[in-house]
Amino acid sequence: MLFDLPFIWAGIIAFAVLTYVILDGFDLGVGILFPFAKSEQDKDLMMNSIAPVWDGNETWLILGGGGLLAVFPLAYAIILPALYLPIITMLLALIFRGVAFEYRGRTKRWKPVWEVGFAAGSAIAAMMQGITLGALVQGITVVDRAYAGGWWDWLSPFTVLTGLSVVAGYALLGSTWLILKTEGALQQMMRDKATMLGIITLAAIGTVSVLTPFQDPIYFQRWFSLPGSLYTMVVPLAMAALTWLLFSSLKAGHDARPFIASLLIFVVSFVGVGISFYPNIVPPSVSIWEAAAPDSSLRFTLYGTLALVPLILGYTGYAYWVFRGNVNPDEGYH
Amino acid sequence: MFDGFTAEALARAQFAFTISFHIIFPAFSIGLARFLTVLNALWLRTQDRTYLTLFEYWKKIFAVVFGMGVVSGIVMSYQFGTNWSVFSDKTGPILGPLLAYEVLSAFFLEAGFLGIMLFGREKVGPRLHMFATAMVAIGTLMSATWILAANSWMQTPAGYSINDVGQFTPEDWWAIIFNPSFPYRLVHMVLAAFLSTSFAVAAVAGWHLLKDGNNGATLRMFSMAMWMAAIVAPIQIVAGDAHGLNTLEHQPAKVMAMEGHYDSHPDGAPLILFGIPNPQEKRIDYAIQIPKLSSLILKHDLNAPLAGLDTVPDAEEPPVTVVFWSFRIMIAIGFAMLGIGIWSLWRRWKGTLYQDRWLHRASVLMGPSGFVALLAGWVTTEVGRQPFTVYGALRTVDSIGPVDAPAVGASLLAFIWVYFFVFGAGLFYVFRLMRQAPDRPAPSPDTQPVNTVQA
Repeated sequence: MLFDLPFIWAGIIAFAVLTYVILDGFDLGVGILFPFAKSEQDKDLMMNSIAPVWDGNETWLILGGGGLLAVFPLAYAIILPALYLPIITMLLALIFRGVAFEYRGRTKRWKPVWEVGFAAGSAIAAMMQGITLGALVQGITVVDRAYAGGWWDWLSPFTVLTGLSVVAGYALLGSTWLILKTEGALQQMMRDKATMLGIITLAAIGTVSVLTPFQDPIYFQRWFSLPGSLYTMVVPLAMAALTWLLFSSLKAGHDARPFIASLLIFVVSFVGVGISFYPNIVPPSVSIWEAAAPDSSLRFTLYGTLALVPLILGYTGYAYWVFRGNVNPDEGYH
Repeated sequence: MFDGFTAEALARAQFAFTISFHIIFPAFSIGLARFLTVLNALWLRTQDRTYLTLFEYWKKIFAVVFGMGVVSGIVMSYQFGTNWSVFSDKTGPILGPLLAYEVLSAFFLEAGFLGIMLFGREKVGPRLHMFATAMVAIGTLMSATWILAANSWMQTPAGYSINDVGQFTPEDWWAIIFNPSFPYRLVHMVLAAFLSTSFAVAAVAGWHLLKDGNNGATLRMFSMAMWMAAIVAPIQIVAGDAHGLNTLEHQPAKVMAMEGHYDSHPDGAPLILFGIPNPQEKRIDYAIQIPKLSSLILKHDLNAPLAGLDTVPDAEEPPVTVVFWSFRIMIAIGFAMLGIGIWSLWRRWKGTLYQDRWLHRASVLMGPSGFVALLAGWVTTEVGRQPFTVYGALRTVDSIGPVDAPAVGASLLAFIWVYFFVFGAGLFYVFRLMRQAPDRPAPSPDTQPVNTVQA
């Protein structure tokens, strides 16, 4: 065959997950930073900066679930039972934070309840996503097309570390997003936060990278033999350049560059994870070809994806463009 | 607390619970999005501020309902995998692409334009705002189309083969999407969403009419809702009947359970209006029935023979009691809706639509009826499909994943707690928004008394 459909699909799913991570990453990050808001006006600004777009951002998570079911049903069928508790906790956390956008403005007495729900929901969802990532890196026991491990296999010091890393990373994305969208004291506070979060995030990425090869010797091989080792050179170099971009632009008082730098830090980390995983979709034993649905499913879904994803990116971009610029504190229809 | 329940029973309870909560919100969103599109179009066309007032009024309610739909929907996209992973592995190649198309063609469309619809009128101008509003409405309909294609395929599977690892493999996508029950189910469901919304709108209007009969916005929405009831309720009854005949053809056991026909009737089956199913003795106790009417309805012939559940192996029999009752609840509400529709037409004809306080009271009472009927219908069709997940091809008991009862029970409890808390609060806010009367629309410029400046 001219095109290897499972390979193409692995690329598309990776793209969808990455898009989800950076988009919902910054709006979950705003939620994680929410407790640091000093006034009602700050809170309104933070909420309003993501209110028109959070729903679209989270749709990429549904695409991740639906897409995985469509093209790698076996991976979907193994990962979800294996990560039962983190996934369900994440879903419940997302419920709390999602309704906060509408509920918060609807009540005076219960406003604090939904604000706590918004902040805690965002932080817990981020933590669970990080744990999921760590658990996949750690490897999942599969016997006879099904998950064969225990209920708590996902919990380890390594996964707690990846969980916390993602919380810090999302908070970094959120703080740099707010630098872009706000001004004055709130923006200044976010600059300070971004500097600290940048240090924590990069330290966490470094630690996870060092520990990953010890999770499974195969990762070591991938990174230190050709062709992986070519990337092994590029990824740390790119990371170093981005570190410089992040901190220098924060220091110089740029509005947009810190956000771009944090986005790219996520992209590079994601590429790193991809190098470790490939060609498996459920490490250490299920490859993308084993997990793939029959070609007829892959092909049918591919047509629609190729036609619709550019369109989606187009109008999503347009929606971002409509709501560009600093957030107006009086905006919103409540 | 769930001792003695199997993982399968708990997983079924969990799925039923999460989807029953979820289905209410998209059904309301489908109806409201269409209502908002019509209101906005009428406002732009006529410049009558009443429509704009109503648009702004229902927009706030829509936003809360839509938000609840989104978060409960994210749960659904992962519910297949957590408890039903064997089902996911086997049916993923067919259901997955349908759900992926739903996300790509519907969810992104809704989410992408929702922000502009809610917050963007001033930023993009009336034309693009109208476009965004219409896109949200189209998105909700697209979503219904794909999800009902997936659900219908589980009811009347077609266009597949089974591969060597036991997966359903697509052979003919056209046959899969346009499977035998899909058109009927889609029409029935979309009409149900329209009707549910109309009766919810009518209840809000009726409530405010009882308190204040002079608010133009209230009168307008009552009138619009009553038109919908009068027009859509009879269409829905016809569509439901057609759907029933389709079910008789493809899932006869479901219809036997709906009708309460334990026994075969070789020369004309009675229509059992009411009775108490007795699954042990396999009969309907205290049945009130009209002879031969069931044969007339289902076969258009008084003496046509109808097979009963005695022809179905016990292991393939759906739970009769649930299906029997849920079906009757749906039907009773359907005819009550028709009654309201006819009543409103008569009052409109007499010119007393806004004065008949009993009609307004009845509308308030019927407010939640659409959603109850919708859930009852959903229960009828889903429980009626048992004991299969893919009708005739995959049993429910063989669909469950490697999960233990305590884990499923614990997550079920968590869902129950969170859903009642979060969606209970949401419902409270929706009611509070509804309790507020719509603003009195400002008079149109041309009817306003003009202050002439004396020279």
